[in-house]
Amino acid sequence: MKRSHWSIPYAVFLAIFVALPLVLIMVYALQDGQGHFTLSNITRFFSDKDALSTFAVSIEIAIENTLICILLGYPAAWILANRQLNRSAVTIVLFILPMWINALMRTLATAELFNILGIQLGKGTLLYGMVYDYLPFMIYPIYNVLVKMDKSYQEAAQDLGATPWKVFWKITVPLSMPGVTSGVLMVFMPTVSTFAISEFLTNNKIKLFGTIIQENINASMWNYGAALAFFMLVIIGITTMFSGNNKEAEGALI
Amino acid sequence: MKRVFAQIYLWILLILLYAPLVFIAIFSFTESKVLGNWAGFSTKLYENLFTGRMQGSASLISAVENTLLIALVSAAVSMALGTIAAIGIHNLTGRKRRALTFLNNIPMINPDVITGVSLFLLFIFLHFSQGYVTVILSHISFGTPYVVLSVLPKLQQMNPNIYEAALDLGATPAQALRKVLVPQLRPGMISGFILAFTMSLDDFAVTFFTRGTIGLETLSTYIYADARKGGLTPELRPLMTLIFLIILVLLLVINLRQSRLQKAHE
Amino acid sequence: MAGDRIIDLQHVSKRFGDKTVLEDINLYIRKGEFITLLGPSGCGKTTTLRLIAGFLAPDEGEILLDGKDISAIPPYKRPFNTVFQRYALFPHLDVYDNIAFGLKLQKVPTDEIDRRVRRVLKMVSMTDYEERDVDSLSGGQQQRVAIARALVNQPKILLLDEPLAALDLKMRKDMQIELKEMHRELGITFIYVTHDQEEALTLSDTIVVMNEGKIQQIGTPTDIYNEPVNSFVADFIGESNILNATMIRDRRVAFIGHEFDCVDEGFGEGVPVDVVVRPEDIYFTKKPERTQFTATVKSCVFKGVHYEMYVDTDTGFELMIQDYDAYPVDSVVNLYIEPDDIQVMVKERTCNTFEGEMIDPTHVEILGGTFECLPQEGLGGGEKVTVEVDFDKVDLLDHQDEGVLAGEVHFLLYKGDHYHLTILTEDGDHIWVDTDDIWDKGDLVGVDIEPKDLKITRRHEA
Repeated sequence: MKRSHWSIPYAVFLAIFVALPLVLIMVYALQDGQGHFTLSNITRFFSDKDALSTFAVSIEIAIENTLICILLGYPAAWILANRQLNRSAVTIVLFILPMWINALMRTLATAELFNILGIQLGKGTLLYGMVYDYLPFMIYPIYNVLVKMDKSYQEAAQDLGATPWKVFWKITVPLSMPGVTSGVLMVFMPTVSTFAISEFLTNNKIKLFGTIIQENINASMWNYGAALAFFMLVIIGITTMFSGNNKEAEGALI
Repeated sequence: MKRVFAQIYLWILLILLYAPLVFIAIFSFTESKVLGNWAGFSTKLYENLFTGRMQGSASLISAVENTLLIALVSAAVSMALGTIAAIGIHNLTGRKRRALTFLNNIPMINPDVITGVSLFLLFIFLHFSQGYVTVILSHISFGTPYVVLSVLPKLQQMNPNIYEAALDLGATPAQALRKVLVPQLRPGMISGFILAFTMSLDDFAVTFFTRGTIGLETLSTYIYADARKGGLTPELRPLMTLIFLIILVLLLVINLRQSRLQKAHE
Repeated sequence: MAGDRIIDLQHVSKRFGDKTVLEDINLYIRKGEFITLLGPSGCGKTTTLRLIAGFLAPDEGEILLDGKDISAIPPYKRPFNTVFQRYALFPHLDVYDNIAFGLKLQKVPTDEIDRRVRRVLKMVSMTDYEERDVDSLSGGQQQRVAIARALVNQPKILLLDEPLAALDLKMRKDMQIELKEMHRELGITFIYVTHDQEEALTLSDTIVVMNEGKIQQIGTPTDIYNEPVNSFVADFIGESNILNATMIRDRRVAFIGHEFDCVDEGFGEGVPVDVVVRPEDIYFTKKPERTQFTATVKSCVFKGVHYEMYVDTDTGFELMIQDYDAYPVDSVVNLYIEPDDIQVMVKERTCNTFEGEMIDPTHVEILGGTFECLPQEGLGGGEKVTVEVDFDKVDLLDHQDEGVLAGEVHFLLYKGDHYHLTILTEDGDHIWVDTDDIWDKGDLVGVDIEPKDLKITRRHEA
């Protein structure tokens, strides 16, 4: 038996538990309750004002969250990866540690903290909580790229006459884009699709797209729920293809 | 000077990240029912947690047990499946390899809700009654990719001839796997296991969609239900504090050991 | 004359942590010369280059450019450019933008950038590659782009850090010729770092041989080859027979159990020295009156142009000889060496000398380990002492933990009938050992010394 055959069990597993379920999302999205083909689930979404506005809000929050995470996270990752500025290996552990702790727990704790401080739950607290939940997911991939980056690129740029400031903008930032890209992937779509977190952080005032999907599935409206999920899948597909096709980014990863 | 500013920036972020966790830890040492009300120092909540005498729901302990059981079983299966798969993928080339890597990446890129909904539809479609088995299968599906990705680099570092050398010296493929490959891959397998384990512990959405209606609760779904009822069970505070401390110690130990190993190599 | 010195390193030292990587380096570089820093890895050659480029600052000493100290000038303001070891071409820029990088920073007008990039691409024979992705280039092509990127800025000095190390042999030879051509055409100073002695001999006007953070010898390729100043240089450059010898008097030296005429003077009488004889300088003869010693051929291998033979002399020493004629194995041959082919070198040391401290009358601490010694009269605990140990009295053990000290074989030299090893201890100290056993570089060993072989004397603090 060839060793490449050892991948067969997992290939079968992936086909059943990853590929087939995604196909089923599409199948259910294009069926009505009786199993007949229909486009009504799709058209319903585009006439569903509630769903559309939730979708718009979700995208808006996700964009804001992603931008804030980059603005706060990039400098942090840069400092963490810089030996002169940060010599301790423990600090990076402290930054990734929250990734390992139940997000619901952390969210509830944040919400309670707001309650006690007397801060009204709303969009502000939602954004704060989202940044709080997702910041480590932005810092870690950027840190990883920066820490592995060959220092000779920076030295070569200096050697060719670039000041430290120019080295940062012309070399470090472009070469660290793969990290930013995967950070964005790990922050943007999950923000759009979270449920529970937005409920707790806004006292049910703001719904995100994930909540609508969950509500429909829970109310046994599987087909419409599947259509909403399918809609998100399409967006994920587009964004990953976009970031995956970025050839420069791939080159810098190696 | 630059260093001082940098450190201040890092510490401000860290304080913001840890404030809620510290806040919970502090209030795990008081008896009050409502978070934020200090009713004097007490270790009563810890006693309740360990003796199982809950003020509220008694199912917290069983939720913890379910969580651990599901995480252990699914991470162990993920480790075995993922290691064998990684060896297979490592020996694949071209289109087949790209296809498998692509499929392997999907569970990691997909938001939890999508994974949850898609698996929910799968079990509906297959008329598979949902419960422990479906939750564990689902957790295997998103845990295994992490094992594959942790083991693959170890395979790349490994001398490609050692497996052949074992066969050449008379080992059967199974013996070569057990006696030569696995010892070489062990570090990758262990970190893959830890990743799969914590992903499972952490999961809420996938469990939520695939647990069916038999009343199966994990810690996440328990907290969710609890919070929706209004007001968390007070015993959750010591539990969260303990989990936090265990993970903190684990991560620090792993990391310090790694950096010491690296230094020794240099 | 100071006027034509472009770079001057004066008493430069550099430490990384508590490890000294450069110790009191003094070196000047003339305008327009091709100078090579040559040495094994870890000898400090790259550190020296990085000090000149400005990526590192010296802990002590000064670096002068045209007579002015540039220690405080950051690399981006220095008029030098570097070709990096693995090229460091920016992967997010194409060939053109890589080369134009420096010019754009200087805000050179676009049409001039264009002209200069094209000219330099032509020079490295890479015309029409402007828009190529650097990752799609072969190693040799990347190398050319890296050189073009440095040269386009018209630096006063071009620094090259092992630029050919990643290329295969054939390509390396071609690039050597091209580099030499470029140097002649441009007339600027090239500072070149390599561990490849052949490359250094081929390319350089001046070679600086370095080892363990110190300059061993500076000279032209022929000087370095023909007149190595010590056994390290003799061993590192080319093939050689390095042997223990004794200076009888001026122009007369004894080694391998025979006396020879030589051309060296001023070493004193009866002084231990090292001699080096190149394998092509030992001649076969049929005339008995020319014969200085006889030997038995042990092996004979054809090397393309010449034969390489190992012979055992009548006095039991092994020598390597290269000759155009082959002599059959087991035949007895007559040999002689011309006086000016014998290079006599000062011995750096004749035994190990350690500074130590008495623990008690029968124990002494040296190099961080406690050795048992014969009872020392009048030397109590805490007394500072000097301990001498002959090279052949140090015992090497197979396992590090069997010895009092743990170390690693750092350098080895075959001296005809025994090996002379340099052992690097875990604390970074050196122990020199003569042994008949065969060890390899990098072997981990334990070090032990018998009590009777420790020669202890009281040390008087100055």
